[in-house]
Amino acid sequence: MSAAEATRLDHGDEAGGLETLRQGLRVSPELARGWWITGLLALTMTAGRIVVPIAVQQTIDKGLSGPGGPDMSFVAWMCLVCFGGVLITAVASYFTTVRLATNSERGLATMRIKAFRHVHDLPVLTQSTERRGALVSRVTSDVDTVSQFLQFGGFIFLVSLGQMLLATVVMFVYSWQLALVVLVCFIPLFASLRFLQARMSAAYGVVRAKVGEMLSAIAEPVVGAQVVRAYAIERRTQQRIDASIEEFRRTSTRAQAITGITFSIGGLAAGLANAGVLTAGVLLGVGGHATLGEILAFMFLVALFSDPVQIATQVLTDAQSAFAGWRRVLGVIATPADVVDPGADGVTQQRGPIMIEFDSVDFAYPEGELVLRDVSVRLEPHRRVAVVGETGSGKTTFAKLLTRLMDPTSGAVLLDGVDAREIAFSSLRERVVMVPQDGYLFDSSLADNVRFGRPEVTDAQLLAAFESLGLTDWLESLPDGLDSPVGQRGESLSAGERQLVALVRANIADPDLLVLDEATSAVDPGTEVRVNAALERLMAGRTSVIIAHRLSTAEAADEILVFDDGRVVERGPHADLVTAGGVYSHLHDSWIAQRSSS
Amino acid sequence: MPLPKVPTKGSVTRRGFAVLRVAIWEEPWVFAFSVLASALYGAMTVADGWALGWSTDHVIRPALERGDTTFGAVASLVSLFLGIAVLRAIGVVGRRVGAGVMQYRLQATYRQRVTRQYLKLPLEWHHKHPTGQLLSNANADVESTWYPIAPLPMAVGVIAMLAFATVAMFAADPWLALVGCLVFPMVFVANVIFQRTLQPLATRAQELRAAVSEVAHESFDGALVVKTLGREAAETERFKTPTFALQDANIAVNRARGAFDPVIEGLPRIGVLLVLLVGVGRVRSGAADAGDVVQVAFLFTLIGFPIRALGWVLGELPRSVVGWDRVQRVLTAEGGMEYGEAKLTSSAAARLDVSAVRFGYLPDRDVLAGVEFTVEPGRTVAVVGPTGSGKSTMTTLLTRLVDPEEGSIEVDGVDLRTLARGELAGSVALVAQTAFLFDDTIRGNITLGGDYADEEVWDALRIAQGDGFVKSLPHGLDTKVGERGTTLSGGQRQRIALARALVRRPRLLILDDATSAVDPQVEARILAGLRTAVQGSEAATTVLVIAYRKATISLADEVLFLDEGRIADHGSHLELQERSAAYRELVDAYEKDAARREEEAELAAELNDLDSEGASA
Ligand SMILES: Nc1ncnc2c1ncn2[C@@H]1O[C@H](COP(=O)(O)OP(=O)(O)OP(=O)(O)O)[C@@H](O)[C@H]1O
Ligand SMILES: Nc1ncnc2c1ncn2[C@@H]1O[C@H](COP(=O)(O)OP(=O)(O)OP(=O)(O)O)[C@@H](O)[C@H]1O
Ligand SMILES: [Mg+2]
Ligand SMILES: [Mg+2]
Repeated sequence: MSAAEATRLDHGDEAGGLETLRQGLRVSPELARGWWITGLLALTMTAGRIVVPIAVQQTIDKGLSGPGGPDMSFVAWMCLVCFGGVLITAVASYFTTVRLATNSERGLATMRIKAFRHVHDLPVLTQSTERRGALVSRVTSDVDTVSQFLQFGGFIFLVSLGQMLLATVVMFVYSWQLALVVLVCFIPLFASLRFLQARMSAAYGVVRAKVGEMLSAIAEPVVGAQVVRAYAIERRTQQRIDASIEEFRRTSTRAQAITGITFSIGGLAAGLANAGVLTAGVLLGVGGHATLGEILAFMFLVALFSDPVQIATQVLTDAQSAFAGWRRVLGVIATPADVVDPGADGVTQQRGPIMIEFDSVDFAYPEGELVLRDVSVRLEPHRRVAVVGETGSGKTTFAKLLTRLMDPTSGAVLLDGVDAREIAFSSLRERVVMVPQDGYLFDSSLADNVRFGRPEVTDAQLLAAFESLGLTDWLESLPDGLDSPVGQRGESLSAGERQLVALVRANIADPDLLVLDEATSAVDPGTEVRVNAALERLMAGRTSVIIAHRLSTAEAADEILVFDDGRVVERGPHADLVTAGGVYSHLHDSWIAQRSSS
Repeated sequence: MPLPKVPTKGSVTRRGFAVLRVAIWEEPWVFAFSVLASALYGAMTVADGWALGWSTDHVIRPALERGDTTFGAVASLVSLFLGIAVLRAIGVVGRRVGAGVMQYRLQATYRQRVTRQYLKLPLEWHHKHPTGQLLSNANADVESTWYPIAPLPMAVGVIAMLAFATVAMFAADPWLALVGCLVFPMVFVANVIFQRTLQPLATRAQELRAAVSEVAHESFDGALVVKTLGREAAETERFKTPTFALQDANIAVNRARGAFDPVIEGLPRIGVLLVLLVGVGRVRSGAADAGDVVQVAFLFTLIGFPIRALGWVLGELPRSVVGWDRVQRVLTAEGGMEYGEAKLTSSAAARLDVSAVRFGYLPDRDVLAGVEFTVEPGRTVAVVGPTGSGKSTMTTLLTRLVDPEEGSIEVDGVDLRTLARGELAGSVALVAQTAFLFDDTIRGNITLGGDYADEEVWDALRIAQGDGFVKSLPHGLDTKVGERGTTLSGGQRQRIALARALVRRPRLLILDDATSAVDPQVEARILAGLRTAVQGSEAATTVLVIAYRKATISLADEVLFLDEGRIADHGSHLELQERSAAYRELVDAYEKDAARREEEAELAAELNDLDSEGASA
């Protein structure tokens, strides 16, 4: 598989129906639990439906035109027996529905949870290239369509199939000639169904694509509310939205029209069959080969036969979207979690000072050129390492490899001599924590956010953590202290405040290696210097890697790695590099110029 | 006729019917068309039963009894059934297409209204509502509001069908008709009881579906944090709670359905048996003939299924009402910004007057208070202040993303509140602190649909120091940047956002820490570029820049020092440095830190020397 494929989710429009079913059953074995009992119940249930045509035939042939005129007691007995049949059908129907619902809901809950978990196990790259909304619909609406289908469509499908079969059998028992007439009348329907079915699935395929476009157009003014207003692009945004809504309306209406036509064709076939049966019945009856009761019973049988055929076209369409949804969910589960947790087979490392080694690491983003080239560095324990370099030189990429958010394209990252790919996540994530460039906060309280990594931490410990970073004053300035709501994505805090919270959160997680990717870029210099000094104290004895554009951090580090166009071009302590006349001394010159120009 | 009102209280069914009335009011012609088609379908369904009765008595039975038939008799039989089938098919197509047109038109109309509202409502309102919720208001909620429209024409058709059927049955035989009058109301009542039972269960399932979606949305949004802190298992546990609750709720819905369905389906069957029983008696007494019995029985078979459409409509009503309420919450939200008529006509650099501005997000907690300053045209002003002092808040006021509670803000002497809609953006451009990129191409993100030549885009990129990396991208300006610009590095995103502002050649440019993710060299070049572009030829731009770095500050003609929401000082950088200790503490922090380190290093070196001397001694 190429790297490009690896980052995309399987959108599931390829696998066949049976293949999907097989995969689906593997993911949710509950679906098939006791399937034969459900099958038997469904069969019993269909059997009960056939009693009505039989009753009609018996009444007309034996009850009404019996030798001694209409025979009341015969009809009464027969109706009683048939009534029993109807009752049995009802009971069987109840149990079929409940069994089907219970099994499918349990199976789908399992699938939902597996898919949810797998989304979190997906490589960061896949997570970030997929639209958030698309990922969410994998564990919501996509699963819901499958559930809808299994409980309605699937149920009807089971029943319809049985009903058609039984109706056919009874027809042949009554009169093979008439039965053949019915089947012949339905041939045009079966023939055109394939054609219509193809049109229908093409139409619904277009609709699905248009839904996606519409959703992303609608998302624009919601997620980008501020830019839309600041640049007054309301009109253009509205035009885009209107256009996508209109497209969706047009294509959906078209799909609906095709469905309508398909449906009506079933009714036409039934009409044709009725006419055919009556004509043939009269001709046969004239020759004494059919009774009135049989001919009339056929009319009821044709209804029993054609209803399922009509419903089946609908069910097939539902099935199509359900299977597409199912494939998409299974696609998520099947998308290789590139960065795999070795789990129980993995190494669990001792906590303590950590040593990191990059062994000729290359990295390229999918469809891109190498972003890191042949990076070989060794970061000793207890060290405070600064990473500097131009924008786009690969610093964040380096950090992501270091924390195993991604794996190198070639080469290896070793932690204490062990390949990161062999370390169990439970151990790795405990030892190595990164504060990303933009720290995400959940829409809950400050306390919840800070203890996200370690929910067992008490409020007192939280307060102590704020204290140790010198943030008590700030905390006290908030309206509700630790209980203050931070808003969506932390938007009720200022950008600098959000970064401070993310820092405290990482500090609470208490890792052996802390990686800060421009984690204080929006914090004012006074606070930054104070927080950094505090962090330096707190991280003493551990390893830290700090990416920063403000070179004050680099000056304070034990060692500096200088990145340029994906390579480590210089390394060493500040004092050595600053006079070396290389990339770093240039960077530092412009930093000094900025810092002190006045 | 005015838009029918939907009561805010009362039973779900009553409110649901009110929503249906709105639908009919919105699309009267489409509705009339599909109901007509549906009535045709209903009439033809009944005609089918009648045709069977008629042909039993007039064609089949005579033929069987005589042992002979005529071509004409058979032909009339065939044409009768085929004719009915064709008309019915037309009815079915008309009904379905009509229902589809109506349903999708309503969806489109309401989606457009909801999104118009999103564009109109102020930013504050957006902050108060979770993104996930707003997206589902425009999508899923609109959809479920109009769900009942799909079966509605069929249901109306069924009512027509029942009327025709009653007439047909009474014409055949009053006693048999009475059986019908017993069975059909029972089917209807069973339906109503079913829907009543189902309503609370279905509503609960719907709520849980929203809960599942909310957890997933938030959890996936923060996926990077979840991953870096190794919380995948804990998040999965959190997701399990609503998922299992939804599972149980769905099973409960199906239990109810499983209990009622067989009853609703079985009643017409029992009806047929009753018809046969009663029919035999009527035939024996000579009051009816076999054809009548067959006709009525067949009618029962034909109507048994369509009559359930009534139940479908009723069944969708609770969902529809919930959807309607959620959509209405958006549509009736108040507080679009008021705009005036004034225009900004000048093409020279803008003048900015801020007087006595007070603003707070929460009641009783001012974020800005007594803010007052003036920026003369063409000047560059730096705003400096500690984290959380209200700098970004001030930029949102200056661009009228929010209005101050007190005081006024004027550009070229015109109060922002009196400006016409969209007028301000023609003169003022803001580069926000967090660069937001749309899921679009680089060009689209810079022009935002405006009419700019590629040259202008490249010019803007050049000043923002973004031309180099954009050129090296495989598709150049047409490269897609992904949701929120995830395929770019942090500094690259900021430069696109900067170019977006520059391409508009604003008369007032506001930069909110817009180069924080850019390395010092590139930043120096951006600043130099800005200096020539902005202050070059005719100094056509006034600049307000939020910054911490001295290089940026030194570019400014004057400095505003903002502390805890107040202007603590105002003057040139040198003046402030001289007279304000707090200001010094902020801007000199790096130098002080460096000096402290050097001292420490020297001290350590001395200690080392002492140590080694001591050792050698
Ligand atoms: N998800 C991605 N897909 C494709 N290319 C990417 C992706 N993320 C980053 N890149 C590219 O990789 C290169 C290195 O990016 P990286 O984020 O490592 O830079 P950086 O040194 O951290 O820059 P900055 O200082 O701006 O944060 C950039 O050219 C960027 O465009
Ligand atoms: N939407 C909001 N709701 C409530 N409080 C808010 C909101 N946005 C900001 N605040 C509060 O208002 C104050 C000022 O925030 P603002 O973003 O203006 O600060 P800032 O000066 O830009 O800080 P920074 O330097 O960190 O960007 C902060 O204390 C913040 O917590
Ligand atoms: Mg970066
Ligand atoms: Mg800010």
